[in-house]
Amino acid sequence: MLVTRNSRSSNAFIVFVGVTLLVLCTAPLWAGRADLRFLSEVFLYLGLAYLWNLLAGYAGLVSVGQQAYVGFGGYLLFALAINVGVTPLALLPVVGVAGVLIAIPVAALMFRLHGAYFAIGTWVVAEVFRLTAAQITSLGGGSGTSLPVSVVKSIASSRSGRESLSYWAALAILVFVIALVFWFLRSRSGLALTAIRDNELAAESLGISVWRTKFVVYILTAGLTSILGALIFLQKLRISPDAAFSVNDWTAFVIFIVVIGGIGTLEGPIIGTLLYFLLRETLADLGTAYLVILGATAIVIMLFAPKGIWGFIKERFGIELFPMTRRVVKKQSVQTQNTQTLKGENRD
Amino acid sequence: MVWVNSILQGVLLGGLYALFAAGLSLIFGIMRLVNIAHGDLIVLAAFLGLVVTSSLDIHPLASLVVVVPAMALLGYLLQYLLLNRTMSDDILPPLLVTFGLSVILQNVMLETFSADPQKMNTGALDTASITVGALHIGVLPLLMFAVAIAVIAGLQWLFYHTAIGRAFRATSDNADIAQLMGLNKKHVFSLAMALSLAVVAIAGIFLGTKTSFDPSSGPARLIFGFEAVIIGGLGNLWGTLFGGIILGVAQGIGAQIHPGLQQLAGHLVFLILLAIRPNGLFPRVAH
Repeated sequence: MLVTRNSRSSNAFIVFVGVTLLVLCTAPLWAGRADLRFLSEVFLYLGLAYLWNLLAGYAGLVSVGQQAYVGFGGYLLFALAINVGVTPLALLPVVGVAGVLIAIPVAALMFRLHGAYFAIGTWVVAEVFRLTAAQITSLGGGSGTSLPVSVVKSIASSRSGRESLSYWAALAILVFVIALVFWFLRSRSGLALTAIRDNELAAESLGISVWRTKFVVYILTAGLTSILGALIFLQKLRISPDAAFSVNDWTAFVIFIVVIGGIGTLEGPIIGTLLYFLLRETLADLGTAYLVILGATAIVIMLFAPKGIWGFIKERFGIELFPMTRRVVKKQSVQTQNTQTLKGENRD
Repeated sequence: MVWVNSILQGVLLGGLYALFAAGLSLIFGIMRLVNIAHGDLIVLAAFLGLVVTSSLDIHPLASLVVVVPAMALLGYLLQYLLLNRTMSDDILPPLLVTFGLSVILQNVMLETFSADPQKMNTGALDTASITVGALHIGVLPLLMFAVAIAVIAGLQWLFYHTAIGRAFRATSDNADIAQLMGLNKKHVFSLAMALSLAVVAIAGIFLGTKTSFDPSSGPARLIFGFEAVIIGGLGNLWGTLFGGIILGVAQGIGAQIHPGLQQLAGHLVFLILLAIRPNGLFPRVAH
């Protein structure tokens, strides 16, 4: 007997991911400009979805204020690039660290609120960030500012070079985010998170520091969300308080993506993001009706299939793409046997 | 004198915030539900008031006769048909469902009423004021404040002196035991939401007569109401009124310093109070 996390579907998925990554890496060679921009947007949304899923789906921290960090990252990138004159891509690690640092006092304060009140509290923080950004006159105040041509040119001299670089940056950060979330959830901390999710009191009494585990997830997520925000506005080349701290763009859509795809699963955000962009591309002409359809879909899913599309598939067919669940298999057939599932231990 | 005036205006504005907050506090107290669409429902009530006022050609305050029952009915149905399905120990489903509802409401209102800011005209009430020394106190804000006190006193009376109030308190303490004692949990929850939206209707009409509103004004109203609840202390209605006043005064003083600081000052006072008094100024006492 042997305990493994791999299954036939997860092994196939690893091969599929490898091939897809190779194809995506070479996209600047074969894809048009519009396609590159579109793919970058998909990557950045997928990154946001992964981070929100880690926060809400695994750590139980339902934040509706992640736009605080998206906007913070964007604004910090603009401020540093304009005033310090370093090429924006080199600033991304700085933005990430700053995001973590600013999240520390925010978490210390917000963790006094619980459940739904935590959610609205994070929204207040995002509003404070937005209103503060609107007061910074050197960055255009309420109407915002554009990235100066000299800064844009410092990324790469040619337009196509610039677009390829920011595409690769988006892809790289996405791979980093997914790998980090995957690694984190498979580590000791991930096990602690699973225990907390299943029973907070029991986890605490077994010696897990609930506060610290959640705190680490929160600040980590904030740092990475800031980097994603910086890249989002590097693509747009223009930033304003309303765009940077938009609750609809950076939190509502992300929540819908995760809920529809399957909250608390690693596959869900991928399904959700693909579906979101499919819906958006086909229904965009409907204008506001499209948002109504999106909201209604999320409500219906929450009511009738609370684990989302992937949760339904997983329950129905027992397949898993990311090797997370531990299974007991017969030794001679580690690669093929995946029917005997060990339930109860570290689900997902 | 300018400062005294802005503080006084802030106090009166606090009444409106207390009205935003009362409905929120009510349903949280009874069923631990936080309605993210609360602010959008306030704006919906304001639009309803606008439609009733213009189609029946009546005074905005008279439209309360139609809007309050209409919103209460909507609240009952909303809870009975939709939100009751999400009630469990897990906070995520109600949060996400009301979040979805918020986005739906905003966009339906945008489609129906356009993005243009609207305001209800109260005729002579708009400009009427009482002069006390060098201070001019608007009659409408004063009325708003008086209504807020009356609403909170009314809710307090309802909770502690009526059969339905007893049912609310019993359900709040333990919904399952209350069910065993013969109360229909779903019906009680739906009545609570109906009551919450009746207060929302009053808040919406006063919002619409005091300032201009548009389909995207909802979230800010939710946040103000939420801040008043937390400042005052969860589950304490008079505390909520006081929380609203503190928020209103902070915004008034902020606006006096710099117009851009109005909202920011309110949020900062909220965050400071959260840091030093995490349970609010008047945490709920055992009853």
